[in-house]
Amino acid sequence: MDLFSASNITKQYAAHRALDEVSIHVPEGSIFGLLGPNGAGKTTLIRIINQIIAPDTGELMFQGRRLQPLDVENIGYLPEERGLYKKMKVGEQALYLAQLKGLSRKEAEKRLSHWFSKFEIMGWWNRKVEELSKGMQQKVQFIVTVIHEPRLLIFDEPFSGFDPINVNLLKEEILNLKANGSTIIFSTHNMASVEELCDHIALINNSRKILDGDVRSIKKEYATNTFEVRFNLAEQDLHTILPDTFRILKNGVDNDLQVARIKLPEETKPNDLLALLMPHVTIHSLNEIIPSMNDIFIHVVTQKEVAE
Amino acid sequence: MKKILLIIQREYLTRVKKRSFIIMTILGPLLMAGIFVVPIYLATTTNETKQVAVIDETGLFFGKFKNSDNIQFHYLETDINTAKDAFGKSDDYALLYIPQTEVALPTNAILYAGTQVNINVKSYIRNVMSKRIEDLKLEAQLADLTKDDQSPINLDDLLRSIKTSVDISTIKIGSDGQEEKSYTEVSMILAIFGAILIYFFIFMFGSQVMRGVIEEKTSRIVEVIISSVKPFQLMMGKIIGVALVGLTQFALWVVLTFIIITGVTSTFIGKSVPGANPKQLIEQSAGGFDPGQVINLPGEPQEEEGANEVLSAINSIDFPVMIGSFLFFFLFGYLMYAALFAAIGGAVDSEADTQQFILPLTAPLIFAIVVAQFIVQDPSGPMAFWLSIIPFTSPVVMMIRIPFGVPIYEVALSMAILLLGFLATTWMAARIYRTGILMYGKKISYKELWKWLRH
Repeated sequence: MDLFSASNITKQYAAHRALDEVSIHVPEGSIFGLLGPNGAGKTTLIRIINQIIAPDTGELMFQGRRLQPLDVENIGYLPEERGLYKKMKVGEQALYLAQLKGLSRKEAEKRLSHWFSKFEIMGWWNRKVEELSKGMQQKVQFIVTVIHEPRLLIFDEPFSGFDPINVNLLKEEILNLKANGSTIIFSTHNMASVEELCDHIALINNSRKILDGDVRSIKKEYATNTFEVRFNLAEQDLHTILPDTFRILKNGVDNDLQVARIKLPEETKPNDLLALLMPHVTIHSLNEIIPSMNDIFIHVVTQKEVAE
Repeated sequence: MKKILLIIQREYLTRVKKRSFIIMTILGPLLMAGIFVVPIYLATTTNETKQVAVIDETGLFFGKFKNSDNIQFHYLETDINTAKDAFGKSDDYALLYIPQTEVALPTNAILYAGTQVNINVKSYIRNVMSKRIEDLKLEAQLADLTKDDQSPINLDDLLRSIKTSVDISTIKIGSDGQEEKSYTEVSMILAIFGAILIYFFIFMFGSQVMRGVIEEKTSRIVEVIISSVKPFQLMMGKIIGVALVGLTQFALWVVLTFIIITGVTSTFIGKSVPGANPKQLIEQSAGGFDPGQVINLPGEPQEEEGANEVLSAINSIDFPVMIGSFLFFFLFGYLMYAALFAAIGGAVDSEADTQQFILPLTAPLIFAIVVAQFIVQDPSGPMAFWLSIIPFTSPVVMMIRIPFGVPIYEVALSMAILLLGFLATTWMAARIYRTGILMYGKKISYKELWKWLRH
């Protein structure tokens, strides 16, 4: 079931169409990657979900009914452009932001002390935000985003500004939140983290959605029937062993082993490749080359751009 | 509604806890008390002897103005025009002219001076004159009484009937002989003071709102907040929060100023120049009549009258009306301007970009202050009227007019229009604000603002 869906969202600014008939479906309990190059319209879509701006046309559904103003209390949003009041004390500020999300002061205090000890920043409660390092501020920001235990969390480039240790901490927390039943929309350029975290993605380019679906099937769809084989050095040239329909993309030596990347003709199985090679070489390994999200992203975006 | 209260609370508390707020709270009353206390102090400590020439056409006051260390009087026998011509060349401080009256005893005089007349000189002259006239009236009454001794003497009625107040207008004579009515009256000081205070408050707290909006924008917290509340709630919360800071400041100023003035004046009164000392005055003016029976009666108004003029003038101010109208015009003038300040804050990226918008916004306020001196001269004229109706100038101009008395329907009309002005600017500002706070790195032109307004 979808926790959130947007259908045919269009948003027009004076001379610029920021979103053009965009629809997304975010299944409950999933991590949904919202991808796209800069200026594609991701932030506009996210702001529409947060009801910061209203779409010109289109429908937004949340928990099976129309999105309502009070739903902001069930959504947590970590914007890409984020910050805190610099002169305000950390704890006081966290309390304020938590109360704005509808928590009572008492409840907010209780939950904040839990999170602050978890992130080991309890000692900073009475310090001013400007005294904190950037990473520390990001932690506070993350806490106030999730403090009201929203059903839907929206993270816009959450890892920017974090060091690798904190990135891992954050990833862990995001997976924890998912395990606890939250649904997460995750907007990023970092394709490695998409592969690691996302179940579903939608790719937006030039204000239109150009690709969506679950990550595994998208990858399968973009697989090119390419395999990497490692074998003992052969006396013979690979070209003489394989017919011309087998394209050798790469052929090199790595740790005394020959490594070749071969694109198989359509309808050909890896077994056929093995059958051809086995009489001549000793095979150490065979792997399918699955395109990374990064490759798919670049492929889809540039191809579309060329097509236009 | 709960959320807007949270915002108001935050805006209020973070500001009143600031060091600058506390400093302003202490400096403000010192400044305001200074405005009232310094003239008293200066008047009581001048050691230069002032020469005052007197032309008394009535002849009633000859020898009545006593010389002291500070003031010396000499009587001229020339007519007033010759004296005025000669005045510029003489070393005299002032020229007192008491014109001949047709029937009644004289109750007014004109004081010509090259500079602003020292308020103590003026009050001394006024006291001597009123005392002399009262004596004359009393003598006449007593003469009547001795003729007709059947009726019992009602002392209260008697005293009331002789009570006289003398009006002294001051005219400044320039070195070129140009005459100009000068104003030392407390109501005028008060008018200008109230106007400047409103101007200052609107400016100060309006730009606080603007800086607050810019701070939220540059620190990038604004997007976090407007994912929880509507931009309008954030804007109004901030405006109201800062308004409460302003009212708190004002309340503290009023209380502290009264404490300071009361403290300082109680130490100064009683050891000032003869003109300001009630006991001495009574003795001087008693003449051949035994003062013990009449003048020293309890509750006798003369005592207050004789006290320092500044104080009696302060006592005569209708403080509830002044403070009440100040609060209304400050509050709604501020609300109207603050919304526009918030819109500017939302539209720009940094304080450096605000100049092009602030100047046209504050021009009406500055204009109102510039024309204030003309309005005090003609507080019910057409310029004063229209500027106190137009909402952009009315908070300042109405404050100038109120100490002189304004018809109630004009005040009501001005208030109603100011209220409408506030609603209109807030509606406009909200539209600019909600678009502006999400825009970064864009140089904003008026054309752009117009587009946002219609969007």
